[in-house]
Amino acid sequence: MSVTAVETVECPECAGEIHLSENVLAHEIIQCSDCGVELEFLSTSPVEVDLAPEIEEDWGE
Amino acid sequence: MNIGILTGRIRVEEKLLIREIERRNLGYELFYDNEITFNPRDGKSWGRFDVVLERCVSHSRALTSLQLLNSMGIPTVNTSMTARICGDKILTAATLALADIPQPEFRVAYTPESALIAIEEIGYPVVLKPPVGSWGRLMAKVNNRETAEAILEHKSTLGGVQHSVFFIQEYIEKPGRDIRAFVTGDQTICAIQRRSDHWITNTARGGTAENYPVDDALNTLCVQAANAVGGGVIALDLFESDRGMLVNEINYTMEFRNSIEPTGVRIPEHIIDYVIQVAEHPIPQPEFEPVGVLW
Repeated sequence: MSVTAVETVECPECAGEIHLSENVLAHEIIQCSDCGVELEFLSTSPVEVDLAPEIEEDWGE
Repeated sequence: MNIGILTGRIRVEEKLLIREIERRNLGYELFYDNEITFNPRDGKSWGRFDVVLERCVSHSRALTSLQLLNSMGIPTVNTSMTARICGDKILTAATLALADIPQPEFRVAYTPESALIAIEEIGYPVVLKPPVGSWGRLMAKVNNRETAEAILEHKSTLGGVQHSVFFIQEYIEKPGRDIRAFVTGDQTICAIQRRSDHWITNTARGGTAENYPVDDALNTLCVQAANAVGGGVIALDLFESDRGMLVNEINYTMEFRNSIEPTGVRIPEHIIDYVIQVAEHPIPQPEFEPVGVLW
């Protein structure tokens, strides 16, 4: 699931404009260029992002 | 061929693997660990996959999923056995010790008092590591008794239950670098040297990567270590020492984005080659173990 064209979405942290590239995939982590916060791209229809989850203790390789 | 991919987030690695699967015109479905549920009678549903490639960032979710999939007879990369051992630094060290694979000396203790005795048996400096965790997080280099007492008290007071299992490892004075080697199946496909001014050299912590040539000795050591922990697609972290090469840690959901360019090796191709090999010739899966049983 990826966006089919360049789309814009509002950063939930700073309300800045985020331009999603065409090949971004659901559950990919993107960064707001205005405030630097990490966001998780959740869905394409509607285009939706939310703050990325904090790193958990058992995360890694 | 139909490949299931289980992941928690899409990193560069997942995109490269998906691209490689698509390049070969293989079927695949992506699953997100936030969204899936398992039913113990799910065998038929998951049975539509020839193999499931696990790429979760959460060790707990990865291990639970692999144990459930293996219990249903679904081939996975990696197996739950490999994930169980590699996801726990204590099990990794114990398994390497059983196989006589050279590694830094280590101890395990459960109280600050016994941990202090164990630390001083090894001698300062030592490294305290959480048994589960990655990316160099929550590791402490302990240079003297005062620091040891403070860190042990902090961990036992502020940490969860898991932080009262103290994994103590000999500190190896590295020549400004450590080695990361990548193994798929029975071959060490490439290796990098990670340089950093900091004693933690993970590229996730800013270490820089350069190619490190794989000779017969390194290949043999890595493949032996890989086989000891269950084999599959794994990345080994190694230290050079005056005792020779030592295996430090082994990762079973390896990140490799920073290693393709310096080595010139197309790591995603090797991984998918191995995934196909497992799909076509499933390796014996470990017996089902109830979730949560570690050893």
